[in-house]
Amino acid sequence: MKFFKLLISFVLTIGIFYALNTKFGSIPPIGKFLNPYNGIWQNETNETVDGEIFIPGLKNKVTVHYDEQLIPHVFAENETDLYKAQGYLTAKHRLWQMEFQTYAAAGRLSEIIGDEALEYDRQERRRGMGYGAEKALEAMNEDTETSKYVEAYADGVNAYINQLDPIDYPVEYKLLDYKPEAWTPKKTALLLMYMTKMLAGGDSDMQYTNALRLFGKERFDLLYPDFYDITDPIIPKETNWDFIDVPQTKTPNTDVVLDSISETLEQPNPDNGSNNWAVSGEKSYSGNPILANDPHLGLNLPAIWFIMQLSTPNHDALGATIPGALGVISGFNQHIAWGETNATRDVIDWYKIKFNEDGTKYKYDGQWKNITYRIEDIKVRGKESFVDSIRFTHHGPVVFDKNFKSDNERVGYAMKWIGHLGGNNQRTFLDLNKGKNYDDYTKALSHYTAPAQNFVFASTEGDIALWIQGKLPNKWEGQGKFIMDGSDPTNDWQGFIPQQFNAHVKNPERGFVSSANQHPVDENYPFYVFNDGYETYRNRVINDFFNSKEKLNIQDFKDLHNNNYNLKAAELMPYMLENMDISELNTEEKKIYNQAKAWDYNNNINEVGPSIWRYWWSQVYDLLWDEFEVEDTVLDTPFTYQTIYLLKNNGDDEFMDIVDTPRKEVAKDLFLIGFKNTVDYLNNWKTENGDYTWGNYKGTYAGHLLQALPAFSRFDIPIGGDRNIVNATSENHGPSWRMIVEMTSPPTALGIYPGGQSGNPGSKYYDNFIDDWAAGKYHSLNFLQSNKATEVIIGTQILKPTTNE
Amino acid sequence: MNRNIINFVVTIIIAYILSLFMDWYSVMIAAFLSALLISLKRTAVFFIPFLAILLFWTIYSFVLGNANDFTMANRIAVLLPLGGNSYLLILVTGIIGGITAGIAAVFGKQLRLISKKQ
Repeated sequence: MKFFKLLISFVLTIGIFYALNTKFGSIPPIGKFLNPYNGIWQNETNETVDGEIFIPGLKNKVTVHYDEQLIPHVFAENETDLYKAQGYLTAKHRLWQMEFQTYAAAGRLSEIIGDEALEYDRQERRRGMGYGAEKALEAMNEDTETSKYVEAYADGVNAYINQLDPIDYPVEYKLLDYKPEAWTPKKTALLLMYMTKMLAGGDSDMQYTNALRLFGKERFDLLYPDFYDITDPIIPKETNWDFIDVPQTKTPNTDVVLDSISETLEQPNPDNGSNNWAVSGEKSYSGNPILANDPHLGLNLPAIWFIMQLSTPNHDALGATIPGALGVISGFNQHIAWGETNATRDVIDWYKIKFNEDGTKYKYDGQWKNITYRIEDIKVRGKESFVDSIRFTHHGPVVFDKNFKSDNERVGYAMKWIGHLGGNNQRTFLDLNKGKNYDDYTKALSHYTAPAQNFVFASTEGDIALWIQGKLPNKWEGQGKFIMDGSDPTNDWQGFIPQQFNAHVKNPERGFVSSANQHPVDENYPFYVFNDGYETYRNRVINDFFNSKEKLNIQDFKDLHNNNYNLKAAELMPYMLENMDISELNTEEKKIYNQAKAWDYNNNINEVGPSIWRYWWSQVYDLLWDEFEVEDTVLDTPFTYQTIYLLKNNGDDEFMDIVDTPRKEVAKDLFLIGFKNTVDYLNNWKTENGDYTWGNYKGTYAGHLLQALPAFSRFDIPIGGDRNIVNATSENHGPSWRMIVEMTSPPTALGIYPGGQSGNPGSKYYDNFIDDWAAGKYHSLNFLQSNKATEVIIGTQILKPTTNE
Repeated sequence: MNRNIINFVVTIIIAYILSLFMDWYSVMIAAFLSALLISLKRTAVFFIPFLAILLFWTIYSFVLGNANDFTMANRIAVLLPLGGNSYLLILVTGIIGGITAGIAAVFGKQLRLISKKQ
């Protein structure tokens, strides 16, 4: 009996240890996680902003002044030390995020999360993320200076990681029970690929091919026009293109491949976009150009941006950095300011591939060409690795074949993507950080390949400019809108638009430049540009704003960032209210009808109009495009602008009919049905959630990178706006960084973002900017002019070389 | 002095010393050792080390959390989920440490009984 008791108590002891030290599904190892020695209680820390830190390999000491926003102002003696310090400090504040994003980019999440992430990882590998990163790394390594700094950055990150004990690991490591690995230059390349995927990783080729097959060419062109009846392009219409002496690629006689597959790759959020603009000295209240930028991305915590000042004796840059990449991405130095918006173009094309019998060769130009293989070994936590072998053609990876989302043995679909072609995009930012004038800016841009961006520019010399920069294929008319036959060489990309012929504008007569993801150019630009789902609302509000004012000041810029005018609603809702048959509305419906009528088309948080519009519009849109719900067929419903155009101008078009009903509907019937549904929906919503004022109804939130884990996220942020509005804040997406720079000498700048400088949810700096951001406020960016702490500095940290090296 | 009190104090002292260089499960060693050294009776075998480590861990957690306004604790108390109540999180932390210690102490006691007999 005694031995039995001993045995039982022994088993219990081992059992409790095992139970509390092991991760079960998403439940962390609870003893390890909660104990006060090295569990989460040790993450109850605020940032240290003083003292000395020894870093191996530094050449000289580096001074870091922190201001009260926890922005580090870094003063190094040379660039190698500067980027080493950038790596170190970024890791210090954002280690988990920067590493997690590169795992996500590389398709390695299964290593951390387990087989739940396997489908995602396979997709990212098949998309060629690792392959593209390797190509980018090759390009970076060809440039000794870039590669030196990227190495230094990696050394800096690793210096931080090496100083960590498990007790110090960011809380997410404890939650998921793993530890950081060494940073490498390849991770910087992966991070840049992550951005390329986010901003140039979308396409609709399969969807368009299906639409073409189902509806025919005439209908297709009506639904997806290359240009709308109105265009207010980025590069002003009156631009003279006579200097371009390279012609567009001649259109061959090739047939469209009318194929279909039932699933495609996960697409990036179509709302990823941005605003930027600059006004010239003549149009500015002070005579100095003023520039602004607000990139619209997912609202995440830790935030995508990390603000830093990066200085050497030769240059001095301040602005938003991206953890994992070097230098300031959107910011300014003593001479110039720059910012980006996304310049989507069709840089992904799909080729149908015919394989030989054993699948080792593919048809090209009448011959069989050899396949190359890339073996992807996907490690899965707690399970055996999954090995995927991906076939590569000269076009790119065969993403879809019998092993992935298709069951056809002899046919595959290969992806041609600018992201696979490599490029030293890091160099552009390193050079912009040091740029002094317009020439330096254009030289810096010439290295840039992808994701194509609209780079806005202003200088203290008084220039403003905007270049649409990326490596862009010189396509034949219509090339790549649909799936192409991969065996026909005329379908290959035949070359690229020479960099100097990328669309751009410098010091235009109108006194301002602007971009808001709209059509880059009008029909007169001599190269083929098709409608990549371009924005049509923010650009018009922004340009009208500038055209309506003689002079602009900083307050005007703030007002424009926070402008909630809903042009989209204003272009359709009055028409719907007027043309809908209201004779038989009941009292409930009458009430909401009157609320809708009273709305002034501003998406402010206390209005109910935006909520009515949002649901009503989605109803009308879905009723109209019910023809697009086809089983096992991927389709993109038509563009918003064109939908509204059709509702107002072709109200009796065949598409207006709701297929499932016996009667034949026209536009105004859709308005009424949609409206009645809206009333029901909103009244139910009200019973469950309270008033449907816009702020409540929209419920903007900043979600933690781990699927918006509530504990580490912020909900119900009171901010207006919506997609297609200059203040582009929708539920979980919006202005991820707002910056205004006046080109005084030195420049004076404001900036804010929805997050905080610290990546530690236990820090008060984790989300401390959110309330001011939501209220439309800005923080002064303290541009320190010398390595001396001013009154805004709360602490100074010295990074020193380790002596025994 | 009452053996219960001695065991209680000794458990905390050993646990504290081990915590300086060992991981969380060192509370098991502390409770095990004090059970071998200072024998207790009946339910006290479990509950004295349980209370000792419960106290040690709750105070330790409270001190760490208090220094930072329980910013992290409040979030973890949402994650677990404990309704965002960081005091409840402190208690849970203490109970986990306590149970672990208590079980190890029972094992220590059984081992002592066996070795005494031989």
